[in-house]
Amino acid sequence: MNALNRLMTTAALGLAVAVTSVPSWAETPANMLVIANRIDDITTLDPAESFEFAGSDVSRNVYGKLVNFDPLNMGAGYQPDLAESWTVSEDGKSITFTMREGVKFHSGNPVTAQDAEYSLRRAVILNKTPAFILTQFGFTPENVEQTIKADGNTLTITTDKRYATSFVLNCLTATIGGIVDMKTVMANEADGDMGNTWLKTNTAGSGAYTVQSWKPNDSVTMVSNPDFYLGAPAMERVIVRHVQESATQRLLLERGDIDVARNLNPEDIAGARSVAGVAIDDELRGRLMYISLNQNHPELSKPQVRQAIKYLVDYEGMQNSFLNGQYTIHQNFLPQTYLGAVNENPFTLNIDKAKELLAEAGVSGLEIEVGVREAQERIEIAQSLQNTFAQAGITLNITVGTAKQILARYRARDLDVYMGAWGPDYPDPQTNAGTFAYNPDNSVEAQATGLLAWRNAWDTGGLTEKVDAAVVEGDREVRAQMYHDIQAEFRETAPFAILFQKIEQTGRSENVKNLTLGGAITAVSYWPVTK
Amino acid sequence: MTFGSVTVTMLGLLFVTFIIGRVMPIDPVLSIVGERASKSTYDAVYNQLGLDKPLLVQFFYYIWDVLHGDFGTSLLNARPVADDIRRVFPATLELASLGVLFGIVLGVPLGVIAAVRRGSWIDQIARVVALVGYSMPIFWLGLMGLLVFYGILGWVGGPGRVGIFYVDVVPSVTGMILIDSIIDGNWTVFKDAFSHIILPASLLGYYSLAYVSRMTRSFMLEQLSAEYITTARVKGMSERAVIWRHAFRNIRVQLITVIALSYANLLEGSVLTEIIFSWPGIGSYITTALLSADMNAVLGGTVVVGLIFILLNIFSDLLYRVFDPRAK
Repeated sequence: MNALNRLMTTAALGLAVAVTSVPSWAETPANMLVIANRIDDITTLDPAESFEFAGSDVSRNVYGKLVNFDPLNMGAGYQPDLAESWTVSEDGKSITFTMREGVKFHSGNPVTAQDAEYSLRRAVILNKTPAFILTQFGFTPENVEQTIKADGNTLTITTDKRYATSFVLNCLTATIGGIVDMKTVMANEADGDMGNTWLKTNTAGSGAYTVQSWKPNDSVTMVSNPDFYLGAPAMERVIVRHVQESATQRLLLERGDIDVARNLNPEDIAGARSVAGVAIDDELRGRLMYISLNQNHPELSKPQVRQAIKYLVDYEGMQNSFLNGQYTIHQNFLPQTYLGAVNENPFTLNIDKAKELLAEAGVSGLEIEVGVREAQERIEIAQSLQNTFAQAGITLNITVGTAKQILARYRARDLDVYMGAWGPDYPDPQTNAGTFAYNPDNSVEAQATGLLAWRNAWDTGGLTEKVDAAVVEGDREVRAQMYHDIQAEFRETAPFAILFQKIEQTGRSENVKNLTLGGAITAVSYWPVTK
Repeated sequence: MTFGSVTVTMLGLLFVTFIIGRVMPIDPVLSIVGERASKSTYDAVYNQLGLDKPLLVQFFYYIWDVLHGDFGTSLLNARPVADDIRRVFPATLELASLGVLFGIVLGVPLGVIAAVRRGSWIDQIARVVALVGYSMPIFWLGLMGLLVFYGILGWVGGPGRVGIFYVDVVPSVTGMILIDSIIDGNWTVFKDAFSHIILPASLLGYYSLAYVSRMTRSFMLEQLSAEYITTARVKGMSERAVIWRHAFRNIRVQLITVIALSYANLLEGSVLTEIIFSWPGIGSYITTALLSADMNAVLGGTVVVGLIFILLNIFSDLLYRVFDPRAK
């Protein structure tokens, strides 16, 4: 046994020596920002194609746009970016942008109106998932040569009809509005793909950062652009590491190996709050939780039943228990911080009121099915609903399934009740108004599966026309008021009960300043960050 | 294993995986177009992916591509699946190899000692170690390990393969950072990478140890009660010779199977370990792909895992012939 003993002792000593001599870092360098985040949703870096949260985070820091949001003054709305000014034609259909002089791409090429023309045309022609953000203005692959035109230092876009200028410009702040370096992209074109294959994994922008490497499900490394027109960013290197687990993110943050942890669960948020040197930020995001009632159901289509169900939700109970800190009560389809958003939440849990309404509708012993995707918080919401509905005599059967199972039934109008989430596509009120309160053809043949109102077989009863009117209103204040009115009517009549708006809680080192995640309207900005 | 049986096994694996991938309640089209896409957009992508064709036709196309070394393109990140696997597999290989090494170096002697000193305190310890290794959830053990050795004591590096200062510092030759840093002669990176791998590898090694030591003990007990061992002792042979030259020599073939199985299990990718330690290996790759309905990636990963099993089987067969003359 002596040989064995020697072997085991040697192995143990070897390990001990090796592990105890490891250097330990107290904090990340002053010019480097290290973030832990779940980035397994990044599918492409091409701004004409990217449509996921983590991808938008990268794109916002890499690509300049004609107009953009100032991360330190989001409330001001869109501001000049690569376009320093713009004018609107008298008929309201054409917007002419004057490009900012002296801005360069990462390649050193100057940013020109021709690059902007190419980028927007390219997004329309490629027609990838987010292309609808531009094509809703009437741009098509066939007409882009006439509707998106550069002339010297200006770019003119002409829409198919008059739209609110704020609507058009808000859409141009979306990821798809990123301006790419035409020469670099063209040099990497293959089989007429307008550089799409190359741009999936490479970048050609003029923003504050350039992507040094992207390893799917592992990390994104960005290095600063010293020639960024707003000034060289203080963080010369930004590393976003894919860390799936909340507990792991918290450990990394508390050890000082990362500066920001973006996916801490409520327990870890509570734990990290008491740690010296760690700060917790709350920021409202655009995601809404809602339930909707299929209007093909004979009982659910009764106005009193729709009202009753809105009184059968324990909003406060959920907010203060399992959703604590992660969601806030919000009963309107425009997330707070959006143009036209309101913060009126008239519904509270009121079983007696709900019973009255159900009796008035002549409904008793109602048994309905709710479809829920297999996500913990959604299932818990459904269970809470099941409990409160039962108190009013409604039996709610919960069907849990995968996205494919539940969404397929929802899109086929096959569920009595759907419980799910919705996130805006671009930072303009039309993004949600145009799906919750808009349904021009409620027939089965229309197959407008992209519209939530259609999925619930809801003829909006005049709201569709009001949404159409709001989207062309030129005056920003008047337009905002129109959305207030639409939402007031929606709250009372719609077969949707909007429940909560997402709050993102972020843990960060106290020395990290000016980090904004983009609120409900855009993505994270790294260039203002200092330590 | 003969060439024929390898081919049949691979075809069977491909077929079963392919069919499961098609009947699972996940939707690759939805992953690409998003839930708000119109029906026409959905249908266009559905056809573009070839999902409108009969299953057997789809399977034939897939086999044809695989035979040409083409696992297809990841539906989600648009990269060739083969490239992704080349990136993630070395991470798992490195982790699993170190893990199984721990399992063998510590597990085999522990099993032998436990069998030789049956009923002693060391046997009891070995049984407790094995029992804990089998019953403790790896998720909990991993988090506790991180909390104690990284969070509190600071003895080891945190999650990830290397610290942020050493990412992409050494050129990737094998994809295994420990080996690449040795090739590059960069001992600082080696040390850092070792500090990151030691904890997850020990954790995997512990599970391997639990299995290997239990099986070794069992095999040895069987041999030690055999008549030829009694004969050897009666003939006056030293105890060391009885144990190592006779009893242990006769369990080598069985041990090879156990170790090969243990290694194959670790190489499959210990998903939870990879998730806790943010280790970008093949286990988390396949899992993420599965949850995202990226069937090309799932199938590619599964084929690689299947190949590993087959290669380890072949290797075991070869070792049998070395250690057991009857197998020649």
